[in-house]
Amino acid sequence: MKYDVNEQGFYGDFGGAFIPEMLYPNIQELKSAYREILSEDSFKEELESLLKDYVGRPTPLYYAPRLSSHYGTNIYLKREDLCHTGAHKINNTLGQVLLAQRLKKTRIIAETGAGQHGVATATACALMGLDCVVYMGAKDIERQAPNVSRMRMLGAEVCAVHSGSKTLKDATNEAIRDWINNAEDTHYIIGSAVGPDPYPDLVTQLQAVISKEIKEQMDGLPTHVIACVGGGSNAIGAFYNFLEDESVQLIGVEAGGMGVDTDKSAATLALGTKGVLHASMSYLMQTSDGQVIEPHSISAGLDYPGIGPLHAYLHDCNRVTYQSVTDQEALDAANKLMKLEGIIPALETAHAFAYLDKMTFKSSDRIVINLSGRGDKDMSTYINANII
Amino acid sequence: MSTLKKVLDTKKEGLLNIYCTAGYPKLNDLPKIVNALHDSGVDMVEIGIPYSDPIADGETIQKSNAVALNNGITIDLIFEQLKECTPDIPKVVMTYFNPVFKYGLEQFCQNCQAVGVEGIIIPDMPLGLYQASYMKMFKDYGLSPIFLITPQTSKERLGLIDDLSSTFIYAVSSSSTTGKATSLGSTNNYLSGLKDLGLKHPILVGFNISSADDLALVQKNANGGIIGSAFIKYLGDKSSPEEATRQFVEEITKG
Repeated sequence: MKYDVNEQGFYGDFGGAFIPEMLYPNIQELKSAYREILSEDSFKEELESLLKDYVGRPTPLYYAPRLSSHYGTNIYLKREDLCHTGAHKINNTLGQVLLAQRLKKTRIIAETGAGQHGVATATACALMGLDCVVYMGAKDIERQAPNVSRMRMLGAEVCAVHSGSKTLKDATNEAIRDWINNAEDTHYIIGSAVGPDPYPDLVTQLQAVISKEIKEQMDGLPTHVIACVGGGSNAIGAFYNFLEDESVQLIGVEAGGMGVDTDKSAATLALGTKGVLHASMSYLMQTSDGQVIEPHSISAGLDYPGIGPLHAYLHDCNRVTYQSVTDQEALDAANKLMKLEGIIPALETAHAFAYLDKMTFKSSDRIVINLSGRGDKDMSTYINANII
Repeated sequence: MSTLKKVLDTKKEGLLNIYCTAGYPKLNDLPKIVNALHDSGVDMVEIGIPYSDPIADGETIQKSNAVALNNGITIDLIFEQLKECTPDIPKVVMTYFNPVFKYGLEQFCQNCQAVGVEGIIIPDMPLGLYQASYMKMFKDYGLSPIFLITPQTSKERLGLIDDLSSTFIYAVSSSSTTGKATSLGSTNNYLSGLKDLGLKHPILVGFNISSADDLALVQKNANGGIIGSAFIKYLGDKSSPEEATRQFVEEITKG
């Protein structure tokens, strides 16, 4: 389809593999093998069976009656929060672990921000009996303590990263460095639709199950699909199978932090310019000298100065609209969802809900929100924000 | 003929290239260090242009990049400082793709030529992109691209890299980030095979060379060695960068 990655690993101007020579053999190996492995019957059967019996897919598409009536429209929630481990991240990690086994890798590394991808990777590795090391910024270790404990209980080693802003960007750098130093036995499971080609496409293909199910579960097309965007894996999963249905409005919601007019934000498409971060050409928040700016978001999973290259492309060709909401708006939206629907969302996900307050609706609209994760990990933030 | 080519043509073995991070340890130390390297008989210098996210670098060079950026170093300031460096030592710069891309490749190349830089190392610049978009620009400004090769680089790719090179090739002693503590002993097989690769261009070996013995080993097996992290570490706690540079070169060349 017209939004797929080209042979050179680009979506329009975005993507590519800006990697040092040390990683070249790994990336080539992955690039030459992943499409074929993903389309093998035995791979598909094994993954589908795990997604069904272990993850609990298909996840429900839930009509949210009180939220719908509050906004005077029809709102459906894609319940990725009900996946095993509490977020969509496991769709990707199970697929990549099966891929790593076929590539005969014995050790898995990952980066994590909020800890959801780290937990999902640790889970998949425990299931398959693979060694697992997760890199996590020291600041994130502090603000997402429950997930750190979960990863350790699952047998993963959690390595604190003290460089830079001590968050997701730096954890990703450190994971890439680990891969350079352990190129032969290790597979790097990137958690978002970022990184060098072929990762953005690999993660997109594994997360596309979200929009595939939404299509099957709905009678007809939705009018809107809304998802939060950091690197952009849950969003691309929720959008992918609607990209060619031009009538469906796709909306990605970035983390505005304290506001896009302040210096405390993580809204990459609002504030970024073209450049290369984590080996892929996209938009990123950077100074005029090309130094990456340390972002801010209350949500560790969106606290990232870049965005996946496919999102950059979809932004430039106007297929997806990208908006941002502030930390406070996300907290308020989380509170509303708790009280109206009895669902405590992840802080990341709360950003998607916050955008509802900025929309105008028709009573006939059919809006799907990707409820990408649950909020257990964010208890301390919610408590500190006085959401009671 | 450029000074870099002259050095490579006349001194075919035992070459020593030392890396320093611009803006480190103090903002304006670069000319002092480069001039002291020249006075100490070092054959060429590799000037690191700091980047916030240096993925191929280990802890030592990461920290020097962070300190330099914190000191206020910018690409324009580095070009100013390069004007104060002696023209008599060949200079190459090393950085990452993003700062150069953001600065503007052509402007960057033009400024390099103006201050006497002769080679550019951008480890995360894809070969294909270089060929398609930047090769002509490098040539127009008299700049030599310097590519990395590793023990895992395929024969076919070695040939391509050799063809695209015009001065020297940068062989990484093992597939790692810079400044890992491992001794060079374990990479001996790779090092001793370098001369048999049949490349047209001289090879300088870098990464993980931290002692006089390491340097002697790579100088024996290739045309020379490149030292980065060990020098940065040495500079870190010294009060006089000139004095520290002289002492370091003396110690590392005793082998």
